[in-house]
Amino acid sequence: MPITVEIPKEKWAGSVRVVTLGATRAEGGTRAKTITVGGDATLPFLHFDGAIPNRPALAIEIKDRKPDDWSPLLYETWGEAMQDPADWARAAEAAGADLLVLTLSLTQANGKPNAPDNARAVVRQVLQATGLPLAVFGPGQAEKDNELIVPVAEEAKGERLLIGVCEDKNYRTIVAAAMANDHLVSSKTPMDVNLAKQLVILIHDMGMPMERIIMDPTTGSLAYGIEYGYSVMERLRLAALQGDSMTQQPMLVTPGEETWKAKESKVGEGVPESWGDWKRRAVNWETLTASSLIHAGAGVVVLRHPESLKRAQRMVDGLMRHTE
Amino acid sequence: MALSGLQIYKLLPQTNCKECGYPTCLAFAMKLAAKQADLAACPYVTEAAKLQLEAASAPPIRLVTVGGDGARLEAGNETVMFRHEKTFYHRPGLFIHMRDADGAEAIKAAVAVADGYIVDYVGIKLGVDGFAVEAASGDGVTFAAAVAATRAASQKPLILVAPDPAVMAQGVEAASGARPLLCAADESNWQKMVEIAKAANAPLAVRADTLEKLAALVEEIKKAGVEDLVLDPSVQGYADSLTSLTQIRRLAIKKNFRALGYPVVTFPRRTANGEVDETVLAAEHIAKYAGFIVLESFDPATLYPLLVLRQNLYTDPQKPIQVQPGLYEINAPDGHAPLMVTTNFSITYFAVNNEVEGSGWPAWLLVADAEGMSVLTAWAAGKFDAERIAKAVRSTDAESKVNHRRIILPGQVAVLSGELEESLPGWEIMVGPKEAVDIPGYLKVMWGEKVG
Ligand code: SF4
Repeated sequence: MPITVEIPKEKWAGSVRVVTLGATRAEGGTRAKTITVGGDATLPFLHFDGAIPNRPALAIEIKDRKPDDWSPLLYETWGEAMQDPADWARAAEAAGADLLVLTLSLTQANGKPNAPDNARAVVRQVLQATGLPLAVFGPGQAEKDNELIVPVAEEAKGERLLIGVCEDKNYRTIVAAAMANDHLVSSKTPMDVNLAKQLVILIHDMGMPMERIIMDPTTGSLAYGIEYGYSVMERLRLAALQGDSMTQQPMLVTPGEETWKAKESKVGEGVPESWGDWKRRAVNWETLTASSLIHAGAGVVVLRHPESLKRAQRMVDGLMRHTE
Repeated sequence: MALSGLQIYKLLPQTNCKECGYPTCLAFAMKLAAKQADLAACPYVTEAAKLQLEAASAPPIRLVTVGGDGARLEAGNETVMFRHEKTFYHRPGLFIHMRDADGAEAIKAAVAVADGYIVDYVGIKLGVDGFAVEAASGDGVTFAAAVAATRAASQKPLILVAPDPAVMAQGVEAASGARPLLCAADESNWQKMVEIAKAANAPLAVRADTLEKLAALVEEIKKAGVEDLVLDPSVQGYADSLTSLTQIRRLAIKKNFRALGYPVVTFPRRTANGEVDETVLAAEHIAKYAGFIVLESFDPATLYPLLVLRQNLYTDPQKPIQVQPGLYEINAPDGHAPLMVTTNFSITYFAVNNEVEGSGWPAWLLVADAEGMSVLTAWAAGKFDAERIAKAVRSTDAESKVNHRRIILPGQVAVLSGELEESLPGWEIMVGPKEAVDIPGYLKVMWGEKVG
């Protein structure tokens, strides 16, 4: 007895905005390639409802120097390369990253406060070491971010870097630097649909074109608030599809940073036996946080461990293959 | 899908005789729509209308219970596509796969280990939900022995996986009283599987590789008298899985499409090629619409993150898990012990509590009422400010518990220091670390060495 199953389809009024990171020589930069994200006219990977022109981009986070407090598992996997940002960048490219995220530290390896000259030099080195598009974020303290990111923006003029951190209390200086030097900005807000929207409006009001704004809704990690981040992202994507223009920016998420500070990933000792093998658990923690956020609509996913990157890549490959 | 008051009114006699206790049929219909009245109150409603109303009030996704004498597990009855619309209700069961060919002794040992597994997450005990025993041998006696071995080691719900009805029948016999989920009826074997399911009063999984075939088979099986069904759409990978499970959920919830209004069972490892990562696909199934998930093997390093993910996504968004605000003692503190403040979001509380407890430092943990939000979210929402913290200090009489006047603020809200100094005159405000994991180091250096 044949039955016709009529699949209910969604007709959306809007779509996620298309944003391109990086600039090739022809476009005024020095990148070997650019990365384009966004453009989705449907909920994540529901190809039967609408077009998905671009896949989520997977980034590896590197730092301007070997960090002091990362998990031993991350030191183990990147090894010597962490001593030199250029080596680290090359290793991340070799691991298969689509782009790199360079986060600047508060202090230099010698203990002195980080300074504009150092930030410029590191960014220059990283740009020379790989042809991947680059994001550069400050340490997350307003004054230091401004002090370091403005010279970085000048140093890399024309490269279409993604720069940040723009937060509601501190965005003007970085947005101005991005506008003056042809970069993009990351608009970061704490797990709230309206705050995310508001900051995009404020940044756009300064004259920044929408095509150069990415939003970081802050997500939490598995066991530490992912349900909030996940739902905020789903709501932002629904709002974008319903045509709310100021929610249509592609979303950047940082499961690498979020999970590797959690005990479940970070440490192998003094934890319950029921948590299982440390390394597998740690990478699962990052991979599953990332995979869930990809399902919630992430456009740029920043990871720390190369194995999580590989696993996320294979998942995205699978989700983008939809001919059947 | 629930009918509106007006739709219900059309099915009533429309005579306004008032015998139901309401002035008009319309008033009664409105109460029915709001589920504040019972249809039985109207003596004149026709049988046809009654059937229609009952069908309409059935949940769009049937609630199916697996398990009998021992533990039970429910799936189905979901009402939304996205958790923020209301909540997801029934956490998908995680089952561990056992193969009968491995032999009864090996199965018993493996089941015992997985059965005893318990992991604590924010005070909630999580574990495996059940076992899926597969007749990999194709032999009924071996299968029955494997089912018996599983039951000897665990009371948890069972899924029996056997394509051959004769083999299935022997497994079902060994599982008598356990009301296992039978997996699966397909185009070739469904008549016999239906007989077995009916005789055992057990739920039956229905397998087909397109939604059309699946719906058609479900209709046949319903007609043959089995109502407790579970769908196995034979998904193979990330994309087709997401598509099929989303379409099934959408058809059930938005179109009230009865033939697919059942929970779904998935086997993330059952793929055509080795490209799919079982853990990642299982995580997709947790987020996107499975009711039962069969995992290939038992591995705490995989199970723990999956269980936590499930717990997180199935938390009711309207009711964040909270702990009671108050002053908590950790490691038997005295008057010299540090006083730390945090919010009453349970995950925040447990993260801080675990770190302090693990560090061995005696401490007072002041949990402020931040309406169950984490530090940063609560601060952004104005629910964790100097005023609230000062209020918590006073209402818990912290001043009489410690003989110093120092309070450690979470690093995420360092900006509150100034205001808090004003709200708590005479107190020194110390700024703690941003992350709970850094608390032991902070206590050692900032409290141990500087404060003494
Ligand atoms: S008893 Fe039935 S017919 Fe009479 S008013 Fe109520 S609903 Fe209408």
